[in-house]
Amino acid sequence: MAAPPRRSLFVLLAGLLVFASLATLATAIYEDQVGLADWHQKYIGKVKQAVYHSQKSGRRRVVVLTEENVISSLDLRSGDIFWRHVIDNNDPLHQLSLSHGKYVLTLSSGGTILRAWNLRDGQMIWETNLRTSTASDPQLHVMSNNKVAKDNLVLVSAGRWIYAVSSIDGAISWEKEFSIDGLEIKRILQSPENDVVYALGLAGSSKLALYHLSAKTGEILKDIQESLPGGLCGETVLGSDNVLVALDKARSSLLLIEFMGERISYNKVHVSDLVQDLSGSFKIQSLSNGVISLQTSSSISLLKLKGTDGLEVLQRFDQPAAVSDSLTITEKDEAFAVVQHLGSEIEFIVKFTSDLSSEIIREKVNIDQNRGNVEKVFLNSYIRTDKSHGFRALVVMEDHSLLLIQQGDVVWSREDGLASIVDVTTSELPVEKDGVSVADVEHNLFEWLKGHMLKLKGTLMLANADEVAAIQALRLKSSEKNKMTRDHNGFRKLLVVLTKAGKVMALHTGDGRVIWSNLLPSLRASRFGGMPSALRICQWQVPHHSVMRENPSVLVVGKSGAESSTPGVFSILDSYSGEELNSMKLDHSVVQIIPLTLKDSSEQRLHLIVDSNSNAHLYPKSPDALNVFFHEMSNLYFYSVDIQANVIKGYSLQKSCGLNLGDEYCFSMKELWSIIFPSDSERIAISETRKMNEVVHTQAKIIGDHDVMYKYLSKNLVFVATLSPKAAGDIGSALPEEASLVAYLIDAVTGRILHRVTHHGAQGPVHAVLSENWVVYHYFNLRAHRFEMAVIEIYDESRADNKDVMKLILGKHNLSAPITSYARPEVAVKSQSFFFTHSVNAMAVTQTAKGITSKQLLIGTIGDQVLALDKRYLDPRRSVNPTQQEKEEGIIPLTDSLPIIPQSFVTHSHQVEALRGIVSIPAKLESTTLVFTYGVDLFYTQLAPSRTYDSLTDEFSYALLLITIAVLVGAIIVTWIWSEKKELRDKWR
Amino acid sequence: MAASSLCHGHLLLFLLVAVASAFLGTAAAHQAGSGEGYTIAGRVKIDGASAKGFGLPAKTSNTKVILNGGQRVTFARPDGYFAFHNVPAGTHLIEVSSIGYFFSPVRVDISARNPGYIQAALTETRRVLNELVLEPLKEEQYYEVREPFSVMSLLKSPMGLMVGFMVLMVFVMPKLMENIVIINAGSTVALQFHSFLQHLKC
Repeated sequence: MAAPPRRSLFVLLAGLLVFASLATLATAIYEDQVGLADWHQKYIGKVKQAVYHSQKSGRRRVVVLTEENVISSLDLRSGDIFWRHVIDNNDPLHQLSLSHGKYVLTLSSGGTILRAWNLRDGQMIWETNLRTSTASDPQLHVMSNNKVAKDNLVLVSAGRWIYAVSSIDGAISWEKEFSIDGLEIKRILQSPENDVVYALGLAGSSKLALYHLSAKTGEILKDIQESLPGGLCGETVLGSDNVLVALDKARSSLLLIEFMGERISYNKVHVSDLVQDLSGSFKIQSLSNGVISLQTSSSISLLKLKGTDGLEVLQRFDQPAAVSDSLTITEKDEAFAVVQHLGSEIEFIVKFTSDLSSEIIREKVNIDQNRGNVEKVFLNSYIRTDKSHGFRALVVMEDHSLLLIQQGDVVWSREDGLASIVDVTTSELPVEKDGVSVADVEHNLFEWLKGHMLKLKGTLMLANADEVAAIQALRLKSSEKNKMTRDHNGFRKLLVVLTKAGKVMALHTGDGRVIWSNLLPSLRASRFGGMPSALRICQWQVPHHSVMRENPSVLVVGKSGAESSTPGVFSILDSYSGEELNSMKLDHSVVQIIPLTLKDSSEQRLHLIVDSNSNAHLYPKSPDALNVFFHEMSNLYFYSVDIQANVIKGYSLQKSCGLNLGDEYCFSMKELWSIIFPSDSERIAISETRKMNEVVHTQAKIIGDHDVMYKYLSKNLVFVATLSPKAAGDIGSALPEEASLVAYLIDAVTGRILHRVTHHGAQGPVHAVLSENWVVYHYFNLRAHRFEMAVIEIYDESRADNKDVMKLILGKHNLSAPITSYARPEVAVKSQSFFFTHSVNAMAVTQTAKGITSKQLLIGTIGDQVLALDKRYLDPRRSVNPTQQEKEEGIIPLTDSLPIIPQSFVTHSHQVEALRGIVSIPAKLESTTLVFTYGVDLFYTQLAPSRTYDSLTDEFSYALLLITIAVLVGAIIVTWIWSEKKELRDKWR
Repeated sequence: MAASSLCHGHLLLFLLVAVASAFLGTAAAHQAGSGEGYTIAGRVKIDGASAKGFGLPAKTSNTKVILNGGQRVTFARPDGYFAFHNVPAGTHLIEVSSIGYFFSPVRVDISARNPGYIQAALTETRRVLNELVLEPLKEEQYYEVREPFSVMSLLKSPMGLMVGFMVLMVFVMPKLMENIVIINAGSTVALQFHSFLQHLKC
């Protein structure tokens, strides 16, 4: 009789449990919590073109185009972004122009896409596709005060094509294709009367062609062609209205070409006659009125054109400098700016092209030494209150930052190098010293209580608008999170980022401010060498025990040129100050960087650098490190993935490398195994391995029926996905029959393939993440025409019979048997796939300090948002009707697609434009992980995948607790009085 | 592999390219006439009236339309129209990214045999589209909504329960004790208490 009700009670309890566990799947924040634990920074990247609003419009704005393919409108007063569009990298932007004073025109994709944006709010007005052969250097020319047509025409040239497009609606007014093969239009000019358009083009390397076109119809009025001996390299500038200055093929002399007459005439000038110490390449830039600047690697010269007769050097700047384009001030005056370095200052000089000997402005500006040299200058003028002209300039520095200088001061600066982060690592902050007061914030108990009363009102929705604002201000003011010391929960850290420009910056996790920055000299472009590139940043020294007093340090690895065989560079920086402790040029190249888990006696991490000759070099080069390394060398295995050769190889190390026997820090690599994929059917798309610092809490998983499954936890597990050659392209390019994806799980020590599964009709791009004993990967399913996410979990079968308690007690188990990677593992694999709505940019998994907290996948979607998806949704054991036991265990009933809950977007209403990377950093508090995402924007937040079960949240209402205690105390007093009275009454009775 | 076993419906309606490109002015029409590829033209429709919450204007200025997972990206115009030109025949995928709204990806089939026929269907709901008008399936609310103040929620909180229990002990227990005192039998106290508990359970 008793059994059924108990059962129902049990079911109820289980149901409650499931409900409670499901409720924790979405961890969202309230709107008023935005900015408490997260920050979002918007960047644009290195500016390559800038166009100012005209004086008349009255708005102080500038529109810029950057190397990160961003078009943006900035406020000239503060440098804030008004609007911004991040264009896809498939669609590179070439030209930027303003038209009509209210449109921004951009030309992209090799001259095939012309877009017009509203200048005020950035709304796209129209887009026109031009059918041209894509050209490397398309031109955009906006016709000025056109009297011919009512609407302003925009001329676009790309290759042999020239288009005239109405700037009002993007309609093509006329088009012209020139008949000469290989012609590339270099310049478009207008006649002063505006009815004739001149198009100057180069065909091949030696033929120059000039066309006179009717501006109304595009009809060819006249064409002149001329062959130039010696050939041209293609680089040209317009010296004056009728003289074109072109570089010859050998890049040693300039051709001055007069093209406005009946015939094309030319004259040759050797550059070495103008500039004595010429070495390397040089650039020419045209100012107006026949003034040309010639920039070599060491100097800038201003040249004056004397018809076609020759050039005259007027002035020379020997310091690193940059010259702006010319700017029309009045009818006859055009100004330009030169910015040059003078010691720790920069000098801002403005001159008129009509009179180069005098200077209008010469101002000295102090700038931060960590910004490097000036790379670009954009001059702008404004009218002062006394009607004279004032000048200001946007300056682009070597570290990609953007500064506005005006009246001898830096008005504002933007750290736009942060738009191109290459790699990220973290560093702890210094430990709090004695004598530093902790409770500076809670100075007054009354204030503190008042604050909490306000918060209580907020939680109970009783606060009015003013009070809500006060609460928000109170929360944001809390300086606790911005302190420069280590905190108990490990939330405060330094994010040390390496940017493309070779600058290392440390950001505070509290508010994202830059603590220190250092433009590494070893990664700066040298005057004569190639372009160095930054590769990676790793932790070099994390002091724990013996060297506790020392500061932690980071290692930056780069290479000194573009090719893979160029020697590498090392730089070691102090994590607290950013000071460069050590820098060295390596005598070998850098192909692969392998941080080892080993440390030497001074707690420096050991690193192996593999060079292009298949030798491995050990760093740091100290006998101590070598000792530690020799001890472990026989157990060291590593692998390399060669996507070009379609092969994966596994290696061990041998003493002494082939070339120089004397170098004991150099080791040769012995190939142990290789997996060669058949190139005609499989191409490697991605390889993924476990994060080195991942912590796993438990080896076993207890399932609903009290059975135990042992996870196959091997640090050497590698996931590789291959695609059929057709499936590697874009969606829509392959049929389901010819596309397939093969997923492999490989043991990196033996090269053994543990599991292999083929997905027919699947297509790339593939994104994958591997953690613990599972891998999740994302691909496109061509048959269903939807994106899919698949999960593979791998379990160790050899220990599966260790379930018998008796055996465990009697010691007849094999738990203590050594686990070796050489033995053939018996593994069981479970897998499942689910539909997922969006395309994916990046994927990561949350990491916590002890690995106890359940995991969430962090998925960067195509909309540049980051979705936190609980791993439980990607459980291969999900079934349509889970049994009671499975429900208790927390298995979610099977659905064909993964849910996208808006509240679980960790980026909430922000977008991390051009999202490239997601990093999860464990905090000291087990429940919490720190998530840093980067692209053009940066976003940081704290995430608790299973809610903060180990600490009180900020939401916790102390006021409510106090009220409760007061009520309880009151009740105790009341009852005490009552009981006294009652006792008295009883005694009287 | 439950997911991969689903196949796509065949009931697709046709959409004329010419009809769609008529909205796009002369430029697009010009392109549609050329033989290189086809034009996918459509419209993103976000209901402006329903715009609310977190200060996001229901503007199309940041609405991106993505073809084939990033192969090409375009932006919606003020009126919501967008177009992709020179798209080869085949099966394509269009995604719309607009913060605050959830859009289903759209499968677009361009027939090679019948030039100019385009079929479109939402992949999430498998709904066939008569014309390429993309509307959000739902608005996305990124924040948890605060519950309005209610006495029940206060009582349900751990502290409320504490206070409630206390009140119970203060006001009900003395009543109980009174009964016990009247009966005045030590051994029945436990019994009484037990019956009280029984009473509570029912």
